[in-house]
Amino acid sequence: MDGVAAEPLIELDSVEKVFTVRRRAGRLRRTRHEVRAVDGLTFQVPRGEMVGYIGPNGAGKSTTIKMLTGILVPSGGRLRVAGIDPSLQRARLARRIGVVFGQRTTLWWDLPLKDSYELVRRMYRVPAAVFRANLDRCIELLDLAPLLDVPVRQLSLGQRMRGDITAALLHDPDVLYLDEPTIGLDVVSKAKVRSFLRETNAERGTTVLLTTHDLTDIEQLCHRVMVIDHGRLVFDGDLAGLRAAADGERTLVVDLAEELPPIEGVPGARTVKVEGPRQWLAFPAERSAAPLVTAIAARYPLVDLAVREPDIEALIAELYAGGGAARRDPGGADPAAPDPLRP
Amino acid sequence: MARRHDGTADGRLRTLGEGGRAYGLIAWMWVRSTLAYRTSFALMTLGNFASSALDFVALLLMFSRVHALGGFALPEVAFLYGTCSLSLGLADLAVGNAERLGARIRDGTLDTLLLRPAPVYAQIAADRFALRRLGRTSQGLLVLLWSTGRIEVDWTPGRILMVPLMVVCGAVIFGAVFTAGAAFQFWAQDAAELQNSLTYGGNALLQYPPTVFARDLIRGVTFIVPLAFVNWLPALWLLGRPYPLGLPPWTAFLGPAVAALMVAGAALAWRHGVRAYRSTGS
Ligand SMILES: Nc1ncnc2c1ncn2[C@@H]1O[C@H](COP(=O)(O)OP(=O)(O)OP(=O)(O)O)[C@@H](O)[C@H]1O
Ligand SMILES: [Mg+2]
Repeated sequence: MDGVAAEPLIELDSVEKVFTVRRRAGRLRRTRHEVRAVDGLTFQVPRGEMVGYIGPNGAGKSTTIKMLTGILVPSGGRLRVAGIDPSLQRARLARRIGVVFGQRTTLWWDLPLKDSYELVRRMYRVPAAVFRANLDRCIELLDLAPLLDVPVRQLSLGQRMRGDITAALLHDPDVLYLDEPTIGLDVVSKAKVRSFLRETNAERGTTVLLTTHDLTDIEQLCHRVMVIDHGRLVFDGDLAGLRAAADGERTLVVDLAEELPPIEGVPGARTVKVEGPRQWLAFPAERSAAPLVTAIAARYPLVDLAVREPDIEALIAELYAGGGAARRDPGGADPAAPDPLRP
Repeated sequence: MARRHDGTADGRLRTLGEGGRAYGLIAWMWVRSTLAYRTSFALMTLGNFASSALDFVALLLMFSRVHALGGFALPEVAFLYGTCSLSLGLADLAVGNAERLGARIRDGTLDTLLLRPAPVYAQIAADRFALRRLGRTSQGLLVLLWSTGRIEVDWTPGRILMVPLMVVCGAVIFGAVFTAGAAFQFWAQDAAELQNSLTYGGNALLQYPPTVFARDLIRGVTFIVPLAFVNWLPALWLLGRPYPLGLPPWTAFLGPAVAALMVAGAALAWRHGVRAYRSTGS
């Protein structure tokens, strides 16, 4: 097993998935059309890491996860999970991975939760003691006790999601894929699911690949973020690097003693908004705010101030928009990105 | 069935074992959950029995006006009816649910089956395993038993053995048609009708002696979709009747070979289907 542990748990090398779709063109004619859902994806995830996998709608996130589980056969490239080629040894891989699709349940629709779990236990041949321990842990941390006798179809979305996450972990998987696990959850449920995932990753060393449109998930859970767009990796690094890569600007909010015209003459900053005595100045994220404050305090009646970090949503939006440019011009990727974008 | 990594005989056996085990687990779970509602289960089974018995009543009504159909008397036709009904009933009970594949592809739930450590085929065949289908099976069995007491056959051990053999081979042939039809849905999700016309439609055909059908139709069910081996040919041998299309007598014993060939074909189609599967966009 040592050899396996040393190498990355998830490994993709130039992986591609091309869908051929037929479109109506005119009355009877149909044209064939290729959709490159995943287009030369290369990355690795070491054991125990928790990685955010984000991108705009249709970027290829779900398609990637489906290839990593063996649901879809890649059109090209090389792909290994725990040393296994998913599409060739799907059933063997199934014992090593857990999967949660936020959009649909993997449980048996008509069965009460606990019967579903019992079936999972027998299908995955989980030893009784391990099963008991894992189930008890989930019941406790995810408040599952009142739901065990309820058929899955009667569960609310948030309840079902907790049920699904539990089912995915009963057999102690090495890897957990989560495709939008917090979609449609309320604030409390989200917080519960997040802390549960964090704990699972920390205590069990479960490797987690997480897809989401809620960037708070990423901020709270993942050290590493991968951004894909049009099936290509446009960023791979940590959150700080992501901020830098998206040319994020921080904002200095200053309260002056009185209403004044927009502050001028502060090098490296520009005033973007004025509202009574309060003014907003934008400055590059990687610069320190201290010299700006000194410069302003020297010339203006400064009462109070605050520094705002760039809004990660806005950053991502910028990055998504810029993804196309990065692809067209391989040299144009921001050099500040820790892992420069692959062409 | 869905795995192809391990071409060795040993690997195939293991996959088969896993499939059988998963099938048993899922089917048993469905049985348990249907038995939880005993009354509804009893009614459904009765309904299933009655609806297939209606076919037979139609046959009886016909024989109240004529004495023979294509030269076959009532017990002989009943024997044909009983054997093919029983075969189809068993196949339907065991793997009939595979026809839901197309629906599962369309609504995206096939994905969840692919996540589990068991062959997809076993999972989908066992899904919603419905014991009520025993209604059709038991009705077929009753007619078969009734008719075997009345047909004029010199019951040697070999002839006695032929009856269960033809029922089992027939069930396997129908099962293969169900499977191939389901596999076809990987490419055409609305193809369930085609498969129904071969299974249920084929059954309606096989209930009658071949002598009442046109030669081309008989050719079709002998050489193209070999349903004639389900009951016609072995029954003609038992009843000492001439074979259609001038087929040689030994064709009556081809049942097992035909069944094996069809299983191989269906398995191949299924495996290709799984590889070609492309999931849905969400
Ligand atoms: N089964 C399919 N057949 C044809 N095209 C598909 C199929 N599945 C996905 N696609 C296409 O592949 C591309 C990537 O889809 P995918 O579902 O991977 O996106 P995603 O990143 O998960 O998006 P979202 O955030 O909306 O879930 C899309 O353009 C989609 O239309
Ligand atoms: Mg998706």
